[in-house]
Amino acid sequence: MAEPETIGELLSERGISRRGLLKYAAYIASLMALPPWQSNAIADALAAARRQSVIWLSFQECTGCTESLTRSFSPTLENLIFNLISLDYHETLQAVSGEAAEEARRSAMRENKGKYIVVVDGSIPTRDGGVYGAIAGQSMLQILNDTAAGAKALIAVGTCATFGGIPHAQPDPTGAVPLTSLIKDKPIINISGCPPIPEAMAGTIAYLITFGRLPDLDHLNRPKSLFGNTIHDRCYRRSFYDKGLFAKSFDDEGARRGWCLYELGCKGPVTYNSCATLKWNGGVSFPIQSGHGCLGCSEPDFWDKGGFYHPLSTPTGHPTAAVGTAAVAGIGVGAVSALLARRAKRKATSTGEKP
Amino acid sequence: MTLLDFARGPALTVSFAVFTFGVAWRLLFVVLLPWSRDRAPARAAAPTAVLGAVRGFARHLWPRKAFAGAARFTTVNGYVMHFGLAIAFFGFAPHILFLQSVFGVQWPNLPSGLISVASVVTLVSLVLALGHRFASPVLRLISTANDYFSWFVTALPVVSGLMAVSHLWAPYEILLAVHLLSVALLLIWFPFGKLMHAFLVFVTRSETAVHYSRRGTVL
Repeated sequence: MAEPETIGELLSERGISRRGLLKYAAYIASLMALPPWQSNAIADALAAARRQSVIWLSFQECTGCTESLTRSFSPTLENLIFNLISLDYHETLQAVSGEAAEEARRSAMRENKGKYIVVVDGSIPTRDGGVYGAIAGQSMLQILNDTAAGAKALIAVGTCATFGGIPHAQPDPTGAVPLTSLIKDKPIINISGCPPIPEAMAGTIAYLITFGRLPDLDHLNRPKSLFGNTIHDRCYRRSFYDKGLFAKSFDDEGARRGWCLYELGCKGPVTYNSCATLKWNGGVSFPIQSGHGCLGCSEPDFWDKGGFYHPLSTPTGHPTAAVGTAAVAGIGVGAVSALLARRAKRKATSTGEKP
Repeated sequence: MTLLDFARGPALTVSFAVFTFGVAWRLLFVVLLPWSRDRAPARAAAPTAVLGAVRGFARHLWPRKAFAGAARFTTVNGYVMHFGLAIAFFGFAPHILFLQSVFGVQWPNLPSGLISVASVVTLVSLVLALGHRFASPVLRLISTANDYFSWFVTALPVVSGLMAVSHLWAPYEILLAVHLLSVALLLIWFPFGKLMHAFLVFVTRSETAVHYSRRGTVL
């Protein structure tokens, strides 16, 4: 029996009805903030599209992004892998290992040259020629350059791949950089977060396959539909902020009543993501709903912003030494100025001049 | 480094240092100046210097009847502006957190709605003060760039603070950064311009009060 050529053929072979496809397309349209009539176009495009070859490269990361993706509820990871994409290389999810795994990547690159999508999670070590990260004897830097050369587009998932993340945090021993610092000649979508919301990853991949183009992106290359608002703007605790009702500690009366976590260091007002609307685990909860402030993990350099528990309105510097030095200098200059004034007066008095 | 990182980090550190340097310099200079000895004998009923200073300072808090008409607007408007500014500065939760991080003390915050009202009243009061300065020929004549710039650096944090709280016209991180930078500008200018009156008003009024009380003059 011949392999189905399009996603539509594959879905009908698996018994998924046109109605099921339309429901799925409506969800994608909603997720990516598209008008409702686009869902029909999505369904038609998906039915006619070929399964997209995807190569997933994991570099300096903790596998949290993959763990998050496996918890995608809609589209589910199984749905994504078995129906929409051909995940040709993913070190954590693929069955093969060793040379066979590397051959799978090279084979996908040969057979789909110029057509495959590269998903990157993790930052790329560049110091000392990139020796701090290697897979199968090749540096991560080399693997990225080789694989990206024939890609149609790249998707950076997670804050490590999008902005350098924790490996890039001070003192950054490996010279970790994000994908956008290295690849300049290919379209790149950033799905930041530590980890990113699973639906944000799956939805963006689905959008790219469906339309064959990038969604509208913000100034940090993130889809506007998912990163267009701050957590604070959509937070259910926002009304308490407006009223000036704040939890002062994680176990006080304010915390129990669900008041705003601004004073406990919540970075929601300056963090763009969909956590407050899409939430996690199929819409069950998100960090603020669980009682902890937002860490701002989907923003650049979130690890070095002065501490997770320091409120946004507080200084991040350590001015004690500077202020102490300034005080001593001010006292010195003031004393010298006054002494000079006294001397001038004495001189004027002794010479009979008017001081 | 983003604008907000710059504002929360180096900008505030530098402004704290400049503020401390300037205030220490100017206050010590005033205290150590070669004051002329008052050779006039004190009246028999003259109060001590400290009591005279306190009485005189209290008396200056409100103009005498003879001047009430002319000074009513500047006095009332001045109080409205200063009290409004104090309520907004010391009562708003993020400001208390800021002060706590610097001085280590904290107190309960006021409702955000009340802070917004106080800030708007302060802003209106500042605008009226500027309008009065422009409208009065005498005030206009004696006003210098120092006066106008001091007004500007006082009004800027109020405007930017209101915008940040209301999320007006720009993303919050930009508005918060602009607000913090405006505070940094105020702190840097403070010791070298008219804003230093916040400290020197106690010196000048007390000195005047002591001078007159020693001569038996009731202010």
